[in-house]
Amino acid sequence: MCSLPDGLDLVSGRRLEHVDIAYETFGALDEGATNAILICHALSGDAHVAAGPDKHGAEKPGWWEVMVGPGQAIDTDRYFVICANVLGGCSGTTGPGSLDPATDTPYGTRFPLVTVEDMVAAQAVLLDRLGVKKLLAVVGGSMGGMQALAWAKFYPERVRTCIGVATTPRLAAQAIAFNEVGRTAILGDPDFAGGDYYGGAQPEQGLAIARMVGHITYLSDESMRAKFGRRLQNRGDHAFDFVTEFEVESYLAYQGRKFVERFDANTYLYMTKAMDYFDLASGADSVASALAETPVRFLLLTFTSDWLFPTYQTQGLVDAIRVARGEVSFAEIESPYGHDAFLLEPEEQRRYIEPFLARALAEARGEIAPHTSGGDAQ
Amino acid sequence: MTAANLLRADLQLVISLVAPASRVLDLGCGDGSLIAHLRDERGCDVRGIELLPQEISAAIAQGLSVVQADLDEGLAGYPDGAFDYVILSQTLQVVRNPSLVLREMLRVGTHAIVTFPNFGHWRVRGYLALKGRMPVSDSIPFSWYDTPNIHHTTLKDFRDFVAANGGVIEQEIPLIAGEWRERVRRVSFAPNLFADTAVAVVRARG
Repeated sequence: MCSLPDGLDLVSGRRLEHVDIAYETFGALDEGATNAILICHALSGDAHVAAGPDKHGAEKPGWWEVMVGPGQAIDTDRYFVICANVLGGCSGTTGPGSLDPATDTPYGTRFPLVTVEDMVAAQAVLLDRLGVKKLLAVVGGSMGGMQALAWAKFYPERVRTCIGVATTPRLAAQAIAFNEVGRTAILGDPDFAGGDYYGGAQPEQGLAIARMVGHITYLSDESMRAKFGRRLQNRGDHAFDFVTEFEVESYLAYQGRKFVERFDANTYLYMTKAMDYFDLASGADSVASALAETPVRFLLLTFTSDWLFPTYQTQGLVDAIRVARGEVSFAEIESPYGHDAFLLEPEEQRRYIEPFLARALAEARGEIAPHTSGGDAQ
Repeated sequence: MTAANLLRADLQLVISLVAPASRVLDLGCGDGSLIAHLRDERGCDVRGIELLPQEISAAIAQGLSVVQADLDEGLAGYPDGAFDYVILSQTLQVVRNPSLVLREMLRVGTHAIVTFPNFGHWRVRGYLALKGRMPVSDSIPFSWYDTPNIHHTTLKDFRDFVAANGGVIEQEIPLIAGEWRERVRRVSFAPNLFADTAVAVVRARG
């Protein structure tokens, strides 16, 4: 846990006097502090990106352990990995469920709206405290990718490379629409009580519906057909009643229930709003001018079946970085898993991320000069 | 063994045509050997486009910026005149729409450098004339039904193609490269008959 010494001034104009950041680190920072990688989590993630003991010492899987850990694409034997719960989160970092020091009660919806830029500003202070002046890479998928892009925009001198997976420079109407459905479900739950439900019944129904809708958008037609088809759950025939019958219904109900146990409805509201507001071009004429002459080297990956963060949006970002005369590599990975592919396709992501990071590290350590091929050619 | 020695002979010729410190885009860049060489030895500012994941990965490992794209969809993401040279090496014959590709090269680059196998080579002509079968050779080693090479051209056809797409040939270098041995030979006599490969530098007319 890290407390920001000076509070935080927010994009909205409001200010948080007291901010705690819950973070975890994996691996060791090398002597020249060249090997630090910040991983930014998505809407429902937390600081526990790789497998390891949780705060109670019990072994717990990491949300991206297929990518981050010893011997993985983001190898914690080589790299010093930092992951922090985002500002507004509900896994240790200050958010709407935290106590407002002014009233000694939970903020609820009195918590100021936070933006992706605010999340990144808080992470920057955390890195100061950890003695990391310059990141080898900032990495994120989905909303985590938005943070990674914001890092590249606002702190270009503090990041060598930026890896964005299944992300976008801005949400389109469709994704905002789905976020709004989720928020409406939460806000309309009678237990929501204006956000002041802490200590009483949680708006479980609303949050579960939000999660169910979310889950549909993370999958694809193909993956749902393959996973569930029209199969019925524990029965041979239709019930002619409004009960859970199809396997897909049972799956969504389970995802909803599981989510309610670990996630705060207010945080869901704040996170989706932050995603809706995010626009990499804001404050500039275009994404290209926001990133003009950027020294950051980008690697952007998308998935063919991701219709929530579709490839064309990243393609637009690739074009903007080209116009900005920046360095960008891009690949679209063939996958049936929809938006969730960034959690489920480690090998295909590794194909690009591993050599990208290895090269960046060699350059950061001065083993090869930037813009030489190194190795045999030297 | 240096990267330069490993480069295919025709690519070494291409490198000799590129001015130092220029901006270069390589279409179908493969593992990026050519642009890595241009970056390291000539100080060029280089970018690549490639379709195959394993090739993109290999290029990224060399610190190159490579974007996955299908050349047949054009170069819409690049502004006009973004590059001094746009290179298309041994790829013209595999694209579906060679006219679009050449026009796009001339739009985003001051110079287009194209290398291609010459279908007018005497062996190819002889093969078809004598055997009555579609030619298979060292530089065109595929049967007609499984070849990626769907748009064969001869030197003479290429000149017409460039003219028809608003280009002017600045340099045309007919070569005998054989099996891409370490040296290539320039051909001056009856090039459309004796060159198995050609390198052309093209610019937009007007």
